[in-house]
Amino acid sequence: METSERDERRTGRPEEIRAVPVRHPWRWVAALIVLLIAASFIRAVVTNTGPNRGFQWVWVGHYLFDHRILHGVLVTLYLTVLAMAIGIVLGIVLAVMRQSPNPIVSGASWLYIWFFRGTPLLVQLLFWYNLASLFPRLDLGIPFGPALIHGNANTIITTFVAALLGLGLNEGAYMAEVVRAGFLSVPEGQTEAAQSLGMSRLQIVRLVVLPQAMRVIIPPTGNETISMLKNTSLVSVIAYTELLYSAQTIYDANYKTIPLLIVASIWYLVMTSVAYVGQYFIERRYGRGFSRAQRATMRERWLTLGRGGEAVP
Amino acid sequence: MSETMIRAEDVHKRFGRLEVLKGIDLEVARGEVMCMLGPSGSGKSTFLRCINHLEKINAGRLYVDGELVGYRESGGKLHELPEREVIRKRAQIGMVFQHFNLFPHMTALENVCLAPIRVAGVPKDQARRRGRELLAQVGLADKLDTYPVALSGGQQQRVAIARALAMAPKLMLFDEPTSALDPELVGEVLDTMRHLAFDGMTMIVVTHEIGFAREVADTVVFMDAGRVVEQGKPAQVLDSPREERTQAFLWKVL
Repeated sequence: METSERDERRTGRPEEIRAVPVRHPWRWVAALIVLLIAASFIRAVVTNTGPNRGFQWVWVGHYLFDHRILHGVLVTLYLTVLAMAIGIVLGIVLAVMRQSPNPIVSGASWLYIWFFRGTPLLVQLLFWYNLASLFPRLDLGIPFGPALIHGNANTIITTFVAALLGLGLNEGAYMAEVVRAGFLSVPEGQTEAAQSLGMSRLQIVRLVVLPQAMRVIIPPTGNETISMLKNTSLVSVIAYTELLYSAQTIYDANYKTIPLLIVASIWYLVMTSVAYVGQYFIERRYGRGFSRAQRATMRERWLTLGRGGEAVP
Repeated sequence: MSETMIRAEDVHKRFGRLEVLKGIDLEVARGEVMCMLGPSGSGKSTFLRCINHLEKINAGRLYVDGELVGYRESGGKLHELPEREVIRKRAQIGMVFQHFNLFPHMTALENVCLAPIRVAGVPKDQARRRGRELLAQVGLADKLDTYPVALSGGQQQRVAIARALAMAPKLMLFDEPTSALDPELVGEVLDTMRHLAFDGMTMIVVTHEIGFAREVADTVVFMDAGRVVEQGKPAQVLDSPREERTQAFLWKVL
Protein backbone atom coordinates (compact mmCIF):
# COMPACT_ATOMS: atom_id res chain seq x y z
CA MET A 1 0.00 0.00 0.00
CA GLU A 2 2.64 2.45 1.11
CA THR A 3 4.77 1.69 -1.93
CA SER A 4 1.98 2.37 -4.36
CA GLU A 5 1.22 5.63 -2.62
CA ARG A 6 4.86 6.66 -2.88
CA ASP A 7 4.95 5.67 -6.55
CA GLU A 8 1.93 7.82 -7.17
CA ARG A 9 3.61 10.79 -5.59
CA ARG A 10 6.69 10.18 -7.72
CA THR A 11 4.85 10.15 -11.03
CA GLY A 12 3.62 13.70 -10.46
CA ARG A 13 6.10 16.54 -10.86
CA PRO A 14 7.49 17.60 -7.46
CA GLU A 15 6.77 21.13 -6.32
CA GLU A 16 9.45 23.68 -7.36
CA ILE A 17 11.51 24.93 -4.42
CA ARG A 18 10.83 28.56 -3.60
CA ALA A 19 13.05 29.35 -0.63
CA VAL A 20 13.83 32.78 0.80
CA PRO A 21 17.35 33.60 -0.44
CA VAL A 22 20.18 34.33 2.00
CA ARG A 23 20.95 38.03 2.25
CA HIS A 24 24.46 39.25 1.40
CA PRO A 25 24.74 42.77 2.88
CA TRP A 26 28.54 42.93 2.53
CA ARG A 27 28.30 42.45 -1.21
CA TRP A 28 26.31 45.68 -1.40
CA VAL A 29 28.86 47.50 0.72
CA ALA A 30 31.76 46.29 -1.40
CA ALA A 31 29.98 47.21 -4.63
CA LEU A 32 29.23 50.68 -3.24
CA ILE A 33 32.88 51.31 -2.34
CA VAL A 34 34.10 50.21 -5.76
CA LEU A 35 31.50 52.37 -7.55
CA LEU A 36 32.44 55.36 -5.41
CA ILE A 37 36.13 55.06 -6.29
CA ALA A 38 35.31 54.59 -9.96
CA ALA A 39 33.00 57.63 -9.98
CA SER A 40 35.59 59.92 -8.40
CA PHE A 41 38.18 58.65 -10.88
CA ILE A 42 35.89 59.37 -13.84
CA ARG A 43 35.08 62.79 -12.42
CA ALA A 44 38.80 63.60 -12.22
CA VAL A 45 39.25 62.58 -15.84
CA VAL A 46 36.22 64.38 -17.22
CA THR A 47 36.52 67.66 -15.32
CA ASN A 48 40.26 68.06 -15.87
CA THR A 49 39.91 70.13 -19.03
CA GLY A 50 40.79 73.50 -20.39
CA PRO A 51 42.97 75.01 -23.10
CA ASN A 52 46.43 73.40 -23.00
CA ARG A 53 45.92 71.61 -19.72
CA GLY A 54 44.31 68.40 -18.52
CA PHE A 55 43.54 65.52 -20.82
CA GLN A 56 42.50 67.65 -23.80
CA TRP A 57 40.24 64.96 -25.29
CA VAL A 58 39.68 67.08 -28.37
CA TRP A 59 43.32 66.67 -29.31
CA VAL A 60 43.13 62.94 -28.62
CA GLY A 61 40.38 62.73 -31.21
CA HIS A 62 42.32 64.96 -33.54
CA TYR A 63 45.46 62.81 -33.52
CA LEU A 64 43.94 59.35 -33.11
CA PHE A 65 43.92 58.76 -36.87
CA ASP A 66 46.79 61.06 -37.81
CA HIS A 67 48.76 59.43 -40.65
CA ARG A 68 52.03 59.58 -38.65
CA ILE A 69 50.35 57.73 -35.75
CA LEU A 70 48.81 55.15 -38.09
CA HIS A 71 52.21 54.61 -39.66
CA GLY A 72 53.64 54.10 -36.16
CA VAL A 73 50.94 51.54 -35.41
CA LEU A 74 51.81 49.64 -38.56
CA VAL A 75 55.53 49.68 -37.75
CA THR A 76 54.85 48.49 -34.20
CA LEU A 77 52.76 45.66 -35.57
CA TYR A 78 55.29 44.35 -38.03
CA LEU A 79 58.17 44.85 -35.63
CA THR A 80 56.22 42.73 -33.12
CA VAL A 81 55.44 40.02 -35.67
CA LEU A 82 59.02 39.83 -36.97
CA ALA A 83 60.64 39.94 -33.54
CA MET A 84 58.26 37.26 -32.22
CA ALA A 85 58.95 35.11 -35.29
CA ILE A 86 62.69 35.34 -34.60
CA GLY A 87 62.05 34.74 -30.89
CA ILE A 88 59.89 31.65 -31.43
CA VAL A 89 62.18 29.99 -33.96
CA LEU A 90 65.22 30.79 -31.81
CA GLY A 91 63.37 29.60 -28.71
CA ILE A 92 62.59 26.22 -30.27
CA VAL A 93 66.18 25.81 -31.46
CA LEU A 94 67.55 26.76 -28.04
CA ALA A 95 65.12 24.44 -26.25
CA VAL A 96 66.07 21.51 -28.49
CA MET A 97 69.76 22.36 -27.99
CA ARG A 98 69.22 22.46 -24.25
CA GLN A 99 68.04 18.82 -24.36
CA SER A 100 70.99 17.67 -26.46
CA PRO A 101 73.19 14.94 -24.97
CA ASN A 102 76.18 16.99 -26.19
CA PRO A 103 77.31 19.11 -23.17
CA ILE A 104 78.84 21.83 -25.37
CA VAL A 105 75.59 22.26 -27.29
CA SER A 106 73.35 22.29 -24.22
CA GLY A 107 75.87 24.49 -22.39
CA ALA A 108 75.84 27.03 -25.21
CA SER A 109 72.06 27.20 -25.00
CA TRP A 110 72.25 27.71 -21.24
CA LEU A 111 74.85 30.47 -21.64
CA TYR A 112 72.76 32.28 -24.26
CA ILE A 113 69.67 32.23 -22.07
CA TRP A 114 71.69 33.32 -19.04
CA PHE A 115 73.15 36.31 -20.89
CA PHE A 116 70.07 37.58 -22.69
CA ARG A 117 67.76 37.20 -19.71
CA GLY A 118 70.33 38.64 -17.37
CA THR A 119 70.85 42.01 -19.06
CA PRO A 120 68.17 44.68 -19.61
CA LEU A 121 66.52 44.77 -23.01
CA LEU A 122 67.13 48.52 -23.16
CA VAL A 123 70.88 47.99 -22.75
CA GLN A 124 70.86 45.28 -25.42
CA LEU A 125 69.08 47.60 -27.85
CA LEU A 126 71.65 50.34 -27.25
CA PHE A 127 74.44 47.82 -27.75
CA TRP A 128 73.11 46.69 -31.11
CA TYR A 129 72.59 50.31 -32.12
CA ASN A 130 76.19 51.15 -31.25
CA LEU A 131 77.67 47.97 -32.67
CA ALA A 132 79.42 49.94 -35.40
CA SER A 133 81.66 51.65 -32.87
CA LEU A 134 82.70 48.23 -31.55
CA PHE A 135 83.10 46.40 -34.86
CA PRO A 136 83.35 48.93 -37.71
CA ARG A 137 83.60 46.10 -40.23
CA LEU A 138 81.45 42.98 -40.21
CA ASP A 139 82.64 39.79 -41.88
CA LEU A 140 80.65 36.69 -42.59
CA GLY A 141 82.68 33.63 -43.47
CA ILE A 142 84.61 30.68 -42.11
CA PRO A 143 85.65 31.23 -38.47
CA PHE A 144 89.37 32.19 -38.40
CA GLY A 145 89.31 31.73 -42.19
CA PRO A 146 88.58 33.98 -45.14
CA ALA A 147 85.49 36.16 -45.07
CA LEU A 148 82.89 35.50 -47.74
CA ILE A 149 80.76 38.58 -47.23
CA HIS A 150 81.87 41.74 -45.52
CA GLY A 151 80.58 45.24 -45.16
CA ASN A 152 80.46 48.41 -43.17
CA ALA A 153 78.66 47.93 -39.85
CA ASN A 154 77.00 51.31 -40.16
CA THR A 155 75.29 50.35 -43.38
CA ILE A 156 74.31 46.84 -42.23
CA ILE A 157 73.07 47.70 -38.75
CA THR A 158 70.38 50.24 -39.53
CA THR A 159 68.05 51.30 -36.74
CA PHE A 160 65.59 48.74 -38.07
CA VAL A 161 68.11 45.88 -37.93
CA ALA A 162 69.28 46.99 -34.47
CA ALA A 163 65.67 47.10 -33.24
CA LEU A 164 64.85 43.71 -34.73
CA LEU A 165 68.03 42.05 -33.42
CA GLY A 166 67.60 43.56 -29.97
CA LEU A 167 63.98 42.52 -29.59
CA GLY A 168 64.24 39.16 -31.39
CA LEU A 169 67.41 37.83 -29.76
CA ASN A 170 66.17 38.85 -26.32
CA GLU A 171 62.80 37.23 -26.95
CA GLY A 172 64.54 34.03 -28.05
CA ALA A 173 65.95 33.56 -24.56
CA TYR A 174 62.52 33.91 -22.95
CA MET A 175 60.80 31.75 -25.56
CA ALA A 176 63.44 29.04 -25.04
CA GLU A 177 62.27 28.67 -21.44
CA VAL A 178 58.62 28.69 -22.52
CA VAL A 179 59.27 25.97 -25.10
CA ARG A 180 61.34 23.96 -22.63
CA ALA A 181 58.47 24.05 -20.12
CA GLY A 182 56.24 22.78 -22.93
CA PHE A 183 58.63 19.92 -23.72
CA LEU A 184 58.81 18.96 -20.05
CA SER A 185 55.01 18.84 -19.87
CA VAL A 186 54.86 15.96 -22.37
CA PRO A 187 55.10 12.62 -20.54
CA GLU A 188 58.20 10.52 -21.22
CA GLY A 189 56.00 7.63 -22.35
CA GLN A 190 55.19 9.62 -25.49
CA THR A 191 58.84 9.74 -26.49
CA GLU A 192 59.28 6.06 -25.68
CA ALA A 193 56.26 5.04 -27.72
CA ALA A 194 57.57 7.07 -30.66
CA GLN A 195 61.05 5.56 -30.24
CA SER A 196 59.64 2.06 -30.17
CA LEU A 197 57.97 2.81 -33.51
CA GLY A 198 61.36 3.62 -34.98
CA MET A 199 61.05 7.40 -35.18
CA SER A 200 64.20 9.53 -35.19
CA ARG A 201 64.93 12.16 -32.55
CA LEU A 202 63.97 14.98 -34.89
CA GLN A 203 60.74 13.26 -35.99
CA ILE A 204 59.80 12.72 -32.36
CA VAL A 205 60.22 16.42 -31.57
CA ARG A 206 58.37 17.55 -34.68
CA LEU A 207 55.50 15.05 -34.82
CA VAL A 208 54.94 13.95 -31.23
CA VAL A 209 56.42 16.26 -28.60
CA LEU A 210 56.03 19.73 -30.12
CA PRO A 211 52.35 19.40 -31.12
CA GLN A 212 51.51 18.33 -27.58
CA ALA A 213 53.79 20.90 -26.00
CA MET A 214 52.00 23.63 -28.00
CA ARG A 215 49.05 23.42 -25.62
CA VAL A 216 51.35 24.46 -22.79
CA ILE A 217 53.44 26.82 -24.93
CA ILE A 218 50.59 28.92 -26.42
CA PRO A 219 49.28 30.80 -23.34
CA PRO A 220 52.70 32.12 -22.22
CA THR A 221 53.52 32.87 -25.87
CA GLY A 222 50.40 35.02 -26.05
CA ASN A 223 51.67 36.69 -22.93
CA GLU A 224 55.07 37.23 -24.55
CA THR A 225 53.44 38.67 -27.67
CA ILE A 226 51.51 41.18 -25.61
CA SER A 227 54.71 42.10 -23.77
CA MET A 228 56.46 42.44 -27.10
CA LEU A 229 53.76 44.78 -28.49
CA LYS A 230 54.59 47.12 -25.63
CA ASN A 231 58.33 46.47 -25.51
CA THR A 232 58.63 47.69 -29.10
CA SER A 233 58.16 51.16 -27.57
CA LEU A 234 61.67 50.77 -26.13
CA VAL A 235 63.17 51.09 -29.60
CA SER A 236 62.11 54.74 -29.57
CA VAL A 237 65.38 55.31 -27.65
CA ILE A 238 67.34 54.41 -30.77
CA ALA A 239 65.11 56.77 -32.78
CA TYR A 240 63.26 54.07 -34.68
CA THR A 241 59.89 55.42 -35.77
CA GLU A 242 57.36 53.12 -34.16
CA LEU A 243 54.14 54.17 -32.44
CA LEU A 244 55.61 55.83 -29.35
CA TYR A 245 58.35 57.60 -31.31
CA SER A 246 55.73 58.93 -33.77
CA ALA A 247 53.76 60.31 -30.86
CA GLN A 248 56.91 61.81 -29.35
CA THR A 249 57.89 63.57 -32.59
CA ILE A 250 54.47 65.17 -32.72
CA TYR A 251 54.39 66.36 -29.10
CA ASP A 252 58.00 67.55 -29.26
CA ALA A 253 56.77 70.03 -31.84
CA ASN A 254 53.42 71.09 -30.35
CA TYR A 255 53.72 70.21 -26.64
CA LYS A 256 50.45 68.23 -26.64
CA THR A 257 52.22 65.59 -24.55
CA ILE A 258 49.30 64.08 -22.61
CA PRO A 259 46.83 63.76 -25.51
CA LEU A 260 49.44 62.06 -27.67
CA LEU A 261 50.43 59.65 -24.91
CA ILE A 262 46.74 58.81 -24.60
CA VAL A 263 46.53 58.26 -28.36
CA ALA A 264 49.49 55.88 -28.18
CA SER A 265 47.96 54.05 -25.18
CA ILE A 266 44.64 53.63 -26.99
CA TRP A 267 46.41 52.01 -29.94
CA TYR A 268 48.47 49.74 -27.70
CA LEU A 269 45.24 48.64 -26.00
CA VAL A 270 43.57 47.97 -29.34
CA MET A 271 46.51 45.86 -30.53
CA THR A 272 46.79 43.83 -27.31
CA SER A 273 43.02 43.22 -27.39
CA VAL A 274 43.31 41.82 -30.90
CA ALA A 275 46.16 39.60 -29.67
CA TYR A 276 43.84 38.24 -26.95
CA VAL A 277 41.30 37.16 -29.53
CA GLY A 278 43.96 35.52 -31.68
CA GLN A 279 45.27 33.62 -28.67
CA TYR A 280 41.80 32.26 -27.90
CA PHE A 281 41.47 30.71 -31.35
CA ILE A 282 44.99 29.27 -31.40
CA GLU A 283 44.46 27.73 -27.95
CA ARG A 284 41.30 26.06 -29.16
CA ARG A 285 43.13 24.62 -32.17
CA TYR A 286 45.84 22.99 -30.06
CA GLY A 287 43.45 21.79 -27.38
CA ARG A 288 42.30 19.05 -29.77
CA GLY A 289 42.27 15.60 -28.22
CA PHE A 290 42.86 16.83 -24.70
CA SER A 291 39.54 17.71 -23.22
CA ARG A 292 36.62 15.36 -23.54
CA ALA A 293 34.52 17.56 -21.28
CA GLN A 294 34.93 20.64 -23.46
CA ARG A 295 33.84 18.76 -26.54
CA ALA A 296 30.80 17.33 -24.79
CA THR A 297 29.63 20.63 -23.38
CA MET A 298 29.96 22.30 -26.77
CA ARG A 299 27.75 19.62 -28.22
CA GLU A 300 25.45 19.70 -25.25
CA ARG A 301 25.01 23.43 -25.47
CA TRP A 302 24.20 23.18 -29.13
CA LEU A 303 21.69 20.38 -28.58
CA THR A 304 20.02 22.05 -25.63
CA LEU A 305 19.65 25.15 -27.76
CA GLY A 306 17.84 23.13 -30.37
CA ARG A 307 15.71 20.99 -28.11
CA GLY A 308 14.96 23.40 -25.35
CA GLY A 309 16.84 22.13 -22.32
CA GLU A 310 16.50 18.41 -22.71
CA ALA A 311 19.15 16.32 -21.00
CA VAL A 312 21.71 14.83 -23.35
CA PRO A 313 23.17 11.38 -22.61
CA MET B 1 66.33 -15.94 -40.77
CA SER B 2 67.18 -17.49 -37.50
CA GLU B 3 64.92 -19.98 -35.74
CA THR B 4 65.82 -18.32 -32.46
CA MET B 5 64.19 -14.91 -32.20
CA ILE B 6 65.81 -13.84 -28.95
CA ARG B 7 68.88 -15.13 -27.20
CA ALA B 8 70.07 -13.59 -23.96
CA GLU B 9 73.42 -14.65 -22.58
CA ASP B 10 74.25 -13.52 -19.07
CA VAL B 11 72.62 -10.09 -19.56
CA HIS B 12 73.40 -7.53 -16.86
CA LYS B 13 71.88 -4.08 -16.45
CA ARG B 14 72.76 -1.47 -13.85
CA PHE B 15 71.12 1.87 -13.05
CA GLY B 16 73.94 3.67 -11.27
CA ARG B 17 74.89 1.32 -8.46
CA LEU B 18 71.64 -0.59 -8.54
CA GLU B 19 71.93 -3.83 -10.48
CA VAL B 20 68.53 -4.57 -11.98
CA LEU B 21 69.43 -7.55 -14.16
CA LYS B 22 71.97 -9.94 -12.66
CA GLY B 23 72.66 -12.31 -15.48
CA ILE B 24 69.67 -13.30 -17.60
CA ASP B 25 69.88 -16.37 -19.84
CA LEU B 26 66.88 -16.90 -22.07
CA GLU B 27 65.86 -18.13 -25.47
CA VAL B 28 62.69 -17.38 -27.39
CA ALA B 29 62.01 -19.27 -30.61
CA ARG B 30 60.28 -17.77 -33.64
CA GLY B 31 56.52 -17.96 -33.14
CA GLU B 32 56.86 -18.63 -29.42
CA VAL B 33 54.82 -16.82 -26.78
CA MET B 34 56.72 -16.23 -23.57
CA CYS B 35 55.06 -14.85 -20.45
CA MET B 36 57.22 -13.27 -17.80
CA LEU B 37 55.92 -13.26 -14.26
CA GLY B 38 57.39 -11.91 -11.10
CA PRO B 39 57.03 -9.27 -8.40
CA SER B 40 57.46 -5.61 -9.36
CA GLY B 41 61.08 -4.55 -9.38
CA SER B 42 62.24 -7.98 -10.45
CA GLY B 43 63.58 -6.61 -13.75
CA LYS B 44 60.95 -7.93 -16.19
CA SER B 45 60.15 -4.57 -17.74
CA THR B 46 63.81 -3.58 -17.85
CA PHE B 47 64.64 -6.76 -19.74
CA LEU B 48 61.86 -5.98 -22.21
CA ARG B 49 63.20 -2.47 -22.74
CA CYS B 50 66.71 -3.84 -23.33
CA ILE B 51 65.39 -5.93 -26.22
CA ASN B 52 64.55 -2.87 -28.33
CA HIS B 53 67.46 -0.91 -26.95
CA LEU B 54 65.45 1.62 -24.98
CA GLU B 55 67.98 0.63 -22.30
CA LYS B 56 71.61 -0.31 -22.89
CA ILE B 57 72.87 -3.49 -21.28
CA ASN B 58 76.08 -3.35 -19.26
CA ALA B 59 77.35 -6.88 -19.73
CA GLY B 60 76.51 -10.08 -21.56
CA ARG B 61 75.11 -10.53 -25.04
CA LEU B 62 71.59 -9.99 -26.31
CA TYR B 63 70.62 -11.15 -29.79
CA VAL B 64 67.41 -10.45 -31.70
CA ASP B 65 66.92 -12.54 -34.84
CA GLY B 66 70.58 -13.53 -34.78
CA GLU B 67 71.89 -9.96 -34.54
CA LEU B 68 73.34 -8.20 -31.52
CA VAL B 69 71.12 -5.49 -30.03
CA GLY B 70 72.70 -2.05 -30.27
CA TYR B 71 76.18 -3.28 -31.25
CA ARG B 72 78.16 -4.83 -34.05
CA GLU B 73 80.87 -7.34 -33.28
CA SER B 74 83.97 -7.41 -35.42
CA GLY B 75 87.57 -8.30 -34.67
CA GLY B 76 86.62 -9.41 -31.18
CA LYS B 77 85.42 -5.90 -30.33
CA LEU B 78 81.95 -4.40 -29.85
CA HIS B 79 81.16 -1.32 -31.88
CA GLU B 80 78.17 0.83 -30.94
CA LEU B 81 75.67 1.00 -33.76
CA PRO B 82 74.92 4.45 -35.16
CA GLU B 83 71.55 5.87 -34.13
CA ARG B 84 70.17 5.30 -37.62
CA GLU B 85 70.80 1.55 -37.35
CA VAL B 86 69.35 1.32 -33.85
CA ILE B 87 66.21 3.08 -35.09
CA ARG B 88 65.91 0.78 -38.10
CA LYS B 89 66.03 -2.29 -35.87
CA ARG B 90 63.63 -0.83 -33.34
CA ALA B 91 61.06 -0.33 -36.08
CA GLN B 92 60.94 -4.12 -36.52
CA ILE B 93 59.95 -4.69 -32.90
CA GLY B 94 56.49 -3.73 -31.71
CA MET B 95 56.01 -2.56 -28.14
CA VAL B 96 52.85 -2.14 -26.09
CA PHE B 97 53.02 -0.17 -22.85
CA GLN B 98 51.22 -0.37 -19.53
CA HIS B 99 49.86 3.15 -19.94
CA PHE B 100 49.11 2.78 -23.69
CA ASN B 101 51.07 5.95 -24.56
CA LEU B 102 48.81 6.78 -27.50
CA PHE B 103 49.49 10.17 -29.07
CA PRO B 104 46.64 12.26 -27.64
CA HIS B 105 46.68 14.86 -30.41
CA MET B 106 45.90 12.27 -33.08
CA THR B 107 42.82 10.19 -33.82
CA ALA B 108 42.96 6.39 -33.52
CA LEU B 109 43.62 6.04 -37.25
CA GLU B 110 46.28 8.77 -37.24
CA ASN B 111 48.00 7.01 -34.34
CA VAL B 112 48.11 3.78 -36.31
CA CYS B 113 49.23 5.39 -39.61
CA LEU B 114 51.91 7.74 -38.27
CA ALA B 115 54.90 5.36 -38.22
CA PRO B 116 54.10 3.53 -41.48
CA ILE B 117 53.93 6.86 -43.30
CA ARG B 118 56.79 8.68 -41.60
CA VAL B 119 59.17 5.83 -40.80
CA ALA B 120 58.46 3.09 -43.32
CA GLY B 121 57.56 5.49 -46.13
CA VAL B 122 54.32 3.74 -47.05
CA PRO B 123 52.09 5.87 -49.35
CA LYS B 124 49.37 7.66 -47.39
CA ASP B 125 46.27 6.01 -48.83
CA GLN B 126 47.83 2.57 -48.59
CA ALA B 127 48.77 3.18 -44.94
CA ARG B 128 45.26 4.40 -44.17
CA ARG B 129 43.72 1.35 -45.79
CA ARG B 130 45.97 -0.95 -43.76
CA GLY B 131 45.24 1.14 -40.64
CA ARG B 132 41.50 0.64 -41.09
CA GLU B 133 42.03 -3.09 -41.49
CA LEU B 134 44.09 -3.29 -38.33
CA LEU B 135 41.63 -1.27 -36.28
CA ALA B 136 38.84 -3.50 -37.57
CA GLN B 137 40.93 -6.50 -36.55
CA VAL B 138 41.09 -5.28 -32.94
CA GLY B 139 37.35 -4.53 -33.03
CA LEU B 140 37.48 -0.76 -33.39
CA ALA B 141 36.24 -0.23 -36.93
CA ASP B 142 33.81 2.39 -35.63
CA LYS B 143 36.42 4.42 -33.70
CA LEU B 144 38.73 5.46 -36.54
CA ASP B 145 38.30 9.19 -36.06
CA THR B 146 38.01 9.18 -32.28
CA TYR B 147 40.67 10.84 -30.16
CA PRO B 148 42.23 8.67 -27.41
CA VAL B 149 40.69 10.80 -24.64
CA ALA B 150 37.24 9.62 -25.73
CA LEU B 151 38.19 5.92 -25.70
CA SER B 152 38.06 3.53 -22.75
CA GLY B 153 41.31 2.08 -21.42
CA GLY B 154 40.67 -1.22 -23.15
CA GLN B 155 39.96 0.51 -26.44
CA GLN B 156 43.08 2.64 -26.10
CA GLN B 157 45.22 -0.42 -25.49
CA ARG B 158 43.74 -2.13 -28.55
CA VAL B 159 44.57 0.95 -30.65
CA ALA B 160 48.11 0.76 -29.21
CA ILE B 161 48.36 -2.88 -30.30
CA ALA B 162 47.12 -1.97 -33.80
CA ARG B 163 49.65 0.88 -33.89
CA ALA B 164 52.50 -1.52 -33.09
CA LEU B 165 51.23 -4.07 -35.63
CA ALA B 166 51.09 -1.43 -38.37
CA MET B 167 54.88 -1.61 -38.68
CA ALA B 168 54.60 -5.36 -39.40
CA PRO B 169 56.95 -6.27 -36.55
CA LYS B 170 58.65 -9.64 -36.31
CA LEU B 171 58.37 -9.55 -32.55
CA MET B 172 55.92 -7.97 -30.10
CA LEU B 173 56.79 -6.89 -26.58
CA PHE B 174 53.99 -6.34 -24.07
CA ASP B 175 54.86 -4.47 -20.88
CA GLU B 176 52.04 -5.23 -18.43
CA PRO B 177 49.42 -4.43 -21.06
CA THR B 178 46.43 -4.95 -18.76
CA SER B 179 47.76 -3.65 -15.44
CA ALA B 180 46.28 -0.17 -15.86
CA LEU B 181 42.84 -1.40 -16.94
CA ASP B 182 39.58 -1.76 -15.08
CA PRO B 183 38.98 -5.47 -14.42
CA GLU B 184 36.04 -5.63 -16.82
CA LEU B 185 38.18 -4.27 -19.69
CA VAL B 186 41.06 -6.73 -19.28
CA GLY B 187 39.28 -9.44 -21.27
CA GLU B 188 39.01 -7.52 -24.54
CA VAL B 189 42.73 -6.75 -24.58
CA LEU B 190 43.69 -10.33 -23.72
CA ASP B 191 41.39 -11.56 -26.50
CA THR B 192 43.22 -9.39 -29.01
CA MET B 193 46.56 -10.74 -27.79
CA ARG B 194 45.26 -14.30 -27.92
CA HIS B 195 44.34 -13.86 -31.61
CA LEU B 196 47.78 -12.48 -32.27
CA ALA B 197 49.43 -15.46 -30.60
CA PHE B 198 47.33 -17.92 -32.61
CA ASP B 199 48.36 -16.11 -35.80
CA GLY B 200 51.95 -17.08 -34.99
CA MET B 201 53.37 -13.78 -33.70
CA THR B 202 56.45 -14.07 -31.52
CA MET B 203 55.51 -12.41 -28.25
CA ILE B 204 57.07 -11.63 -24.90
CA VAL B 205 54.42 -10.64 -22.40
CA VAL B 206 55.20 -9.23 -18.99
CA THR B 207 51.99 -9.83 -17.10
CA HIS B 208 50.23 -10.68 -13.87
CA GLU B 209 47.45 -12.53 -15.73
CA ILE B 210 48.15 -16.11 -14.67
CA GLY B 211 45.14 -17.42 -16.58
CA PHE B 212 46.35 -15.87 -19.82
CA ALA B 213 49.85 -17.28 -19.27
CA ARG B 214 48.47 -20.75 -18.62
CA GLU B 215 46.32 -20.72 -21.75
CA VAL B 216 48.42 -18.89 -24.32
CA ALA B 217 52.09 -19.08 -23.31
CA ASP B 218 54.47 -21.68 -24.68
CA THR B 219 56.95 -20.82 -21.98
CA VAL B 220 56.54 -19.15 -18.62
CA VAL B 221 59.47 -17.41 -16.97
CA PHE B 222 59.45 -16.44 -13.34
CA MET B 223 61.82 -13.65 -12.39
CA ASP B 224 62.83 -12.31 -9.01
CA ALA B 225 65.47 -9.79 -7.95
CA GLY B 226 67.05 -9.56 -11.40
CA ARG B 227 67.38 -13.30 -12.01
CA VAL B 228 65.38 -15.96 -13.81
CA VAL B 229 64.24 -18.19 -10.96
CA GLU B 230 62.37 -20.74 -13.00
CA GLN B 231 61.28 -21.31 -16.57
CA GLY B 232 59.41 -23.99 -18.43
CA LYS B 233 56.02 -25.06 -19.76
CA PRO B 234 53.11 -23.19 -18.16
CA ALA B 235 51.73 -26.34 -16.59
CA GLN B 236 55.06 -27.08 -14.98
CA VAL B 237 55.90 -23.57 -13.69
CA LEU B 238 52.38 -22.57 -12.71
CA ASP B 239 51.00 -25.82 -11.35
CA SER B 240 54.02 -27.60 -9.91
CA PRO B 241 56.75 -25.01 -9.40
CA ARG B 242 60.03 -26.40 -8.16
CA GLU B 243 61.36 -23.23 -6.55
CA GLU B 244 60.09 -22.00 -3.22
CA ARG B 245 60.16 -18.38 -4.40
CA THR B 246 57.85 -19.21 -7.33
CA GLN B 247 55.48 -21.08 -5.07
CA ALA B 248 55.30 -18.15 -2.66
CA PHE B 249 54.58 -15.68 -5.47
CA LEU B 250 51.91 -17.82 -7.12
CA TRP B 251 50.26 -18.49 -3.81
CA LYS B 252 49.88 -14.72 -3.35
CA VAL B 253 48.55 -13.85 -6.80
CA LEU B 254 46.22 -16.81 -7.31
